[in-house]
Amino acid sequence: MDELPIQSGDDVVRVRQRVRVLAAESGLSLVDQTKVVTAASELARNALVHGGGGLARVEVVRSGNGKSGVKIGFSDEGPGIPDLDLALTDGWTTGDGMGLGLSGARRLVDEFELTSKVGGGTSVVVVKWSR
Amino acid sequence: MERVPIVKIGQTLFVSIQIDLQDESVLRLQEDLADELSKTGAHGVIIDITAVEIVDSFIGRMLTMIGSISRLFDAETVIVGMRPAVAITLTELGLSLRGVRTALNADKGLEMLNGRT
Repeated sequence: MDELPIQSGDDVVRVRQRVRVLAAESGLSLVDQTKVVTAASELARNALVHGGGGLARVEVVRSGNGKSGVKIGFSDEGPGIPDLDLALTDGWTTGDGMGLGLSGARRLVDEFELTSKVGGGTSVVVVKWSR
Repeated sequence: MERVPIVKIGQTLFVSIQIDLQDESVLRLQEDLADELSKTGAHGVIIDITAVEIVDSFIGRMLTMIGSISRLFDAETVIVGMRPAVAITLTELGLSLRGVRTALNADKGLEMLNGRT
């Protein structure tokens, strides 16, 4: 598993590049690679902007039925999200975006797990499987 | 941070994005373009994203804003060269790039701008 820091805009780019390499290795189509890299970009930026920086863990995974995929976990020690349902609504924003980051990222991947505690940081784990 | 160069040809500013865009570079491009538009009085902006592998919500929002800013300088923006995978992903993400025009390539983008009266 690769662990990458998310402390700057350059780090967000590095996370994207690493996800791209592992997504290609796990046999995702070009469109699916683009989707998961885009989702990773949204989530890495969230960790940076809203979480005050964090970590990304990227790995190739295999399912029980032989499919491969790429799994990315994002974690930060930021203020956390008070209302997860609201945060996953299209158009919900803290004011500086269009509110498509979280909800859009969820649409672009196959598995999406968001956990957050007010004052205790946020963690998002996503998986995109090859077809 | 890398900067995206802007080239003026005739009445048009050409921008070809050849780097892996980080947020600061996009913000800088927005400022540089506004400066160039005010200095040159160009009437069109063509942004070539052929080499751009992903457009996420931030980059998409910035492209839309560049379109709005250009309009304030009486210039029209055309985004050209979007990859098919990027188009599919943008749509699924829920981004429509409202307010900017798109064309298949720089040639067609230029035709679009020149057809403006």
